[in-house]
Amino acid sequence: MFRFAIKMLFGDSAKFYGILLGLSFASLLIAQQASIFVGLMSRTFAFIGEVGHVDLWVFDPTQASVDEQKPLRTTAVSRVRGVSGVEWVAPLYKGLLVATLPDGSRQVCDVIGIDDDTLAGGPVEVVEGSLADLRQPDAVMVEVGSSQQQLRFPADLAPGATPLPGQIFDAAAPRRSVQVGDVIELNERRARVVGLVHCAETFVAAPTIYTVYSRAKTYAPAARRMTTALLVKASPGTDVDVLAQRIRTETGYAALPPYDYSMRTLGYWMTQTGIPINFGIAIALGFFVGVAIAGQMFYNFTLDNLRYFGAFKAMGASSFTLLSMVALQALVAGVLGLGIGLGAVSAFGLNAAGGKLAFKMLWQIPLLAAGAVLIICILASVLSMWKVLRLDPVDVFKGS
Amino acid sequence: MSALAIRLRAVVKTFGRGESAVRALRGVDLDVPAGELTMLVGPSGCGKTTLISILAGLLSRDTGSCEVFGHDLAALRREALSRWRRDHVGFIFQQFNLVPQLSIAENVSVPLVLKGESVGAAVRKANALLETLGLEGRGKSGPQNLSGGQQQRVAIARALIHEPPLLVCDEPTSALDAELGRRVMALIRDRSHHPDRAVIVVTHDDRIFHLADTIAHMDDGVIRSVERVQRS
Repeated sequence: MFRFAIKMLFGDSAKFYGILLGLSFASLLIAQQASIFVGLMSRTFAFIGEVGHVDLWVFDPTQASVDEQKPLRTTAVSRVRGVSGVEWVAPLYKGLLVATLPDGSRQVCDVIGIDDDTLAGGPVEVVEGSLADLRQPDAVMVEVGSSQQQLRFPADLAPGATPLPGQIFDAAAPRRSVQVGDVIELNERRARVVGLVHCAETFVAAPTIYTVYSRAKTYAPAARRMTTALLVKASPGTDVDVLAQRIRTETGYAALPPYDYSMRTLGYWMTQTGIPINFGIAIALGFFVGVAIAGQMFYNFTLDNLRYFGAFKAMGASSFTLLSMVALQALVAGVLGLGIGLGAVSAFGLNAAGGKLAFKMLWQIPLLAAGAVLIICILASVLSMWKVLRLDPVDVFKGS
Repeated sequence: MSALAIRLRAVVKTFGRGESAVRALRGVDLDVPAGELTMLVGPSGCGKTTLISILAGLLSRDTGSCEVFGHDLAALRREALSRWRRDHVGFIFQQFNLVPQLSIAENVSVPLVLKGESVGAAVRKANALLETLGLEGRGKSGPQNLSGGQQQRVAIARALIHEPPLLVCDEPTSALDAELGRRVMALIRDRSHHPDRAVIVVTHDDRIFHLADTIAHMDDGVIRSVERVQRS
């Protein structure tokens, strides 16, 4: 009878496509919104992952996320360096500064100042130039992705050229992104682009600019506390957790391995912002829309076929057989709907890859969508099953 | 007189309770001989449908006894009753109840599939039976592509394919013209003349009364008379 159940489902094309639409839409919305949420949340700690070869991050104990600005005193480097088990310590500056482009347009940038000596904390991938070029006077390196999007100015300005006094640019003229050789200003101070780097998209939508720590301090507004964090390498054979505890005890600073610092940052965004609630609402809406559309369609489908189920029951089909038929119909519709929905999300993800849109489909997300679709199918079929279970085969004699 | 296929004694059935209770059957006594076609006739609301529902195992009686081919239906539990219907009863419904999404052959094969036969084998048997009913080569068509008479023949094929001892027909000619009605009834009648079978037909159609072996007249929930049809 299962074969007949499937034929009954596929045969009623209007309702079948309606059910499929509801389930596909639900799984699409659930998986897509969940993937964007995960992608977005991953960006909150993406910068921590960019900094390689570091065992510990040391920062202000009240600092909840990597983007929070609670700088340490300049003496912090020496204090941490004095803790037993520390091989080296590198200061890191991270702050938002205003960049002025050659045409006078301004753009807020995320400026990263890495250790002058070791260049620890630098980007993983240098697209053009060399990280060592940062040691040149006024040198900065610009993130290639954001520069193509946000750091753009008229194309008739050659690299390194400065506009003539009073020169007016045509807003409609072709524009180009920042290149090696261009000169920009950071907080009214000269900055020469010596390289382009590639780095992960972060939650802050501003372009990322790398320079050395000492120069970053000159770009940033003067303050007593300028060190955003310290990057610590443990001596060979030193237990990182023990070292972290030692730093916490001896300096009063927070010290966490990169993964733990990432989770701390993530926890901040998860608990202190409305982002999870907003995405949760979108995901729940997808679920309820699926229940409403697919559930109603499936129930109507069963109602339309109730007289045939009644005839089957009269002919000797057991309630178990009929319920199995309904369950199979729901399951098949669910699997197809889920497949279409996840396929669409995957296509969306492939299309979004490398772009500005945050999208990260973890293996748990298809499972989440499958679970949601399963629940929708169960909810949709329970009413239908109840109707079939209560079906009185005598009714088929009454022509109902 | 042949052996009895069905033996009903003092069968009572009431729907509802209290003042709104309706006594559909008020003590029905009926003997249906095997190997014969028995017609159940009477005005609307006299209890015909209730009666065939009880003797087909679709409905339980309140009191009285109901034996069908030696089986006391009251002794069977719900699932056992389903199996009994599957193995012993063929139904021809007034509305045909052919599933539009299934082919004709698949519709006919349902009783065999319910008995555990594979769909492929059941469909082959269905096609063979359809051929004997003048529907050769139509097995893959949908029921909606057939005329009313052809659909009724498909319904008959579905009722007969598993060779049930009892065939229960509810107004089988109501949707057919006179000539087609006679041909359909002749087909049903042919199947009844077997010592291990019986056919019960509920009908209002007096054009087919002459095809019956026995006519039971029902009124107000009881059998008023049973008439043997004389043949010349």
